[in-house]
Amino acid sequence: MAAGTEQAREHWRRTRGLMITCLVVWFIFSFLIHMFAPTLNNIVIIGFPMGFYMAAQGSLIVFVILIFWFAAKQNQIDEDAGLHESE
Amino acid sequence: MAKGGDFTSNLGRIYGIYTGGFVTFVVIIGILEQLGVPNRILGYLFVAMTIAVYAGIGILSRTMQVSEYYVAGRKVPAFYNGMATAADWMSAASFIGMAGTLYAQGYTGLGFVLGWTGGYVLVAVLIAPYLRKFGAYTVPDFLGARYGGNVARLLGVIVLFCCSFTYIVAQVYGTGIVTSRFLGISFEVAVFVGLGGILVCSMLGGMRAVTWTQVAQYIVLIVAYIIPVLILSTQRTGIPLPQLTYGSVLQDVSALEATKEAVQGATAHIATPKDTIGWVNFLALILCLMIGTASLPHVLMRYFTTPSVRDARKSVGWSLLFIFLLYFTAPAYAVFAKAEVYQNVLGADISTPAAIQALFEQARWLVTYGKLGLVKICGATIDPAADLAMAADAIFQVCQAKGTAILNFPNFAIDNDVIVIATPEIAGLPYVISGLVAAGGLAAALSTADGLLLAIANALSHDIYYRMIDQHASTARRLTIARILLVGVAVIAAIVAISRPSDILSMVAWAFSLAAAGLFVPLTLGVWWKRTTSAGAVLGMITGFGVCLYYLVGTRYFPESFISMWRPDDVVAKMGELQAAVGTAADDAAKTAAQGALTKFLGAEAKWWGINNISCALFGLPVNLIVTVVVSLVTPAPSKEMQDFIDNVRIPKGETLMAEK
Repeated sequence: MAAGTEQAREHWRRTRGLMITCLVVWFIFSFLIHMFAPTLNNIVIIGFPMGFYMAAQGSLIVFVILIFWFAAKQNQIDEDAGLHESE
Repeated sequence: MAKGGDFTSNLGRIYGIYTGGFVTFVVIIGILEQLGVPNRILGYLFVAMTIAVYAGIGILSRTMQVSEYYVAGRKVPAFYNGMATAADWMSAASFIGMAGTLYAQGYTGLGFVLGWTGGYVLVAVLIAPYLRKFGAYTVPDFLGARYGGNVARLLGVIVLFCCSFTYIVAQVYGTGIVTSRFLGISFEVAVFVGLGGILVCSMLGGMRAVTWTQVAQYIVLIVAYIIPVLILSTQRTGIPLPQLTYGSVLQDVSALEATKEAVQGATAHIATPKDTIGWVNFLALILCLMIGTASLPHVLMRYFTTPSVRDARKSVGWSLLFIFLLYFTAPAYAVFAKAEVYQNVLGADISTPAAIQALFEQARWLVTYGKLGLVKICGATIDPAADLAMAADAIFQVCQAKGTAILNFPNFAIDNDVIVIATPEIAGLPYVISGLVAAGGLAAALSTADGLLLAIANALSHDIYYRMIDQHASTARRLTIARILLVGVAVIAAIVAISRPSDILSMVAWAFSLAAAGLFVPLTLGVWWKRTTSAGAVLGMITGFGVCLYYLVGTRYFPESFISMWRPDDVVAKMGELQAAVGTAADDAAKTAAQGALTKFLGAEAKWWGINNISCALFGLPVNLIVTVVVSLVTPAPSKEMQDFIDNVRIPKGETLMAEK
């Protein structure tokens, strides 16, 4: 088993870093940005006040992209450490 | 479908043909309608055909293997698992109710849109890949293995049951409503028709059958959801992209809110929570729904079915993409419906019966839904037996009594459920589109019910029966027990649904907070913090879940003792005055008024720091976390074996940790 080796520790350190990055982005688009909705609503693009848009579509798009980005990044981390699944 | 390998490699072709077949079917129904076949027959065809297809998939996917039954043999590709999860996730409430909530609440309602999507980031990053590597059959299975014993497992089952059972009752209720409205049969019979639809999908093939049925149901529900609003958008703006065109329509709505006399009193659609429920409640709701999403067992168990850890992660992305397709369309429904109502309904002349009749002729859906009691004009519904002239006359009488000559905002009420269902009629589309929407609502309710039913029955058969009662049970016996429990749970859910329990339906929203308060901490810390001990997790679950449940039950059912216990003296004194007013009321009218004032007061004051009880995880979650951490630190660290076990869960390489057979 590869667990417990130096490689595994490095793998987990990077995994944790990625986790924190993802949660920071998640936090910004789940909560922080909506606090600014009243201000953002002054900007209007094709009819959408931006504060409204971020809650109705913008944040959702960020979440979808974030998960696919995370999946690709985590695969890279697994492969770099040689801890990925063999097909 | 019995041959897994052949089937999975042909998935694209099979579901391609299926989608084509479904579209053809809708077209044929449309042609039959033009030929004069009555709507009632078309309704039967829609419900019968879709349920027959789901049943067919369920029967073809029957299995006698344990791993096929519990986790679909772990060979569902990420893309299809994403579709199945989306169907599993989006319930009748999402399909029918969400757009209506957005109609009623505007920006504030977007808390649900955000809360029910963002949680998938947590699922992908913190939980799903690790549960997949662990190789569990159920969520309590992981708790049992990680926290060494049946106490944690049993607590997991209890939390799972509490949050899933009310949820499944609501789904069975939803299938009953859709089926009865559409087939014109009684609600009680319709519930059992729906129940049959649920059981044929899940009983013989367990997770395998549910997976492939849910993919089929997703296709029906997403087509049914998008088509009507797409046509509406084309009619109104000339562009068939409602999600982009509703921006300009939103501008029209805002302009009407600002200027039109009859719309005065309506909260602006884009008003932020500062002017409605307050930022704290808005953000608390988002947090609780997100964490709840990441803790609900019927969602998490879908990621046990992917072929690899890598696929589990990617599958979460696909799930959210497929969910996104519906959730970013829902606000468009709300805005289009609002524009229609604000422009053509509010401000209408209702000073004479003839004028009202003209309004009804122009907007026939008002009559259709007024007769169902879902639209109220001047507080009145429309007598189902009345013809147009009689209906107009009756409405004229009540509006006269209210002294209003034009239909204004305070005198027009529309039920949340109407928005999606009525859109085809608002757009003046043929009946076939209404049928399509009903089939979509049915698919949404059935698919969620299937997933929930499996989550509950599997926890009972695998965790309680196999793990805790008889560890030597044979495969055949385990599967038989699983099926008996499945039918048992389904029948109980149907019986509860038939009693039309309004309480249970409003409790569905609680499921998210309950799951968040009970399960999120033990699931995430179990992987991310090796030092978490069994005692810590068990006590954390009990206290976190307990606090959340206490807050829910206390504020809802015992608000008076809740206020006496927690609120300052002046609030308690005010409550005493209001209670006394009820006791001393001179006549019935005064008593009703005093009772109303008391109820309103209790609803507003029975709270901690003004937090709505739907967000009770805001208290339960930190309690769970603190108790888990503190108790873990004062109890001996987990054994070397357990630490190695966690190390193994953390890396994708290698076999799953639970032996499968």
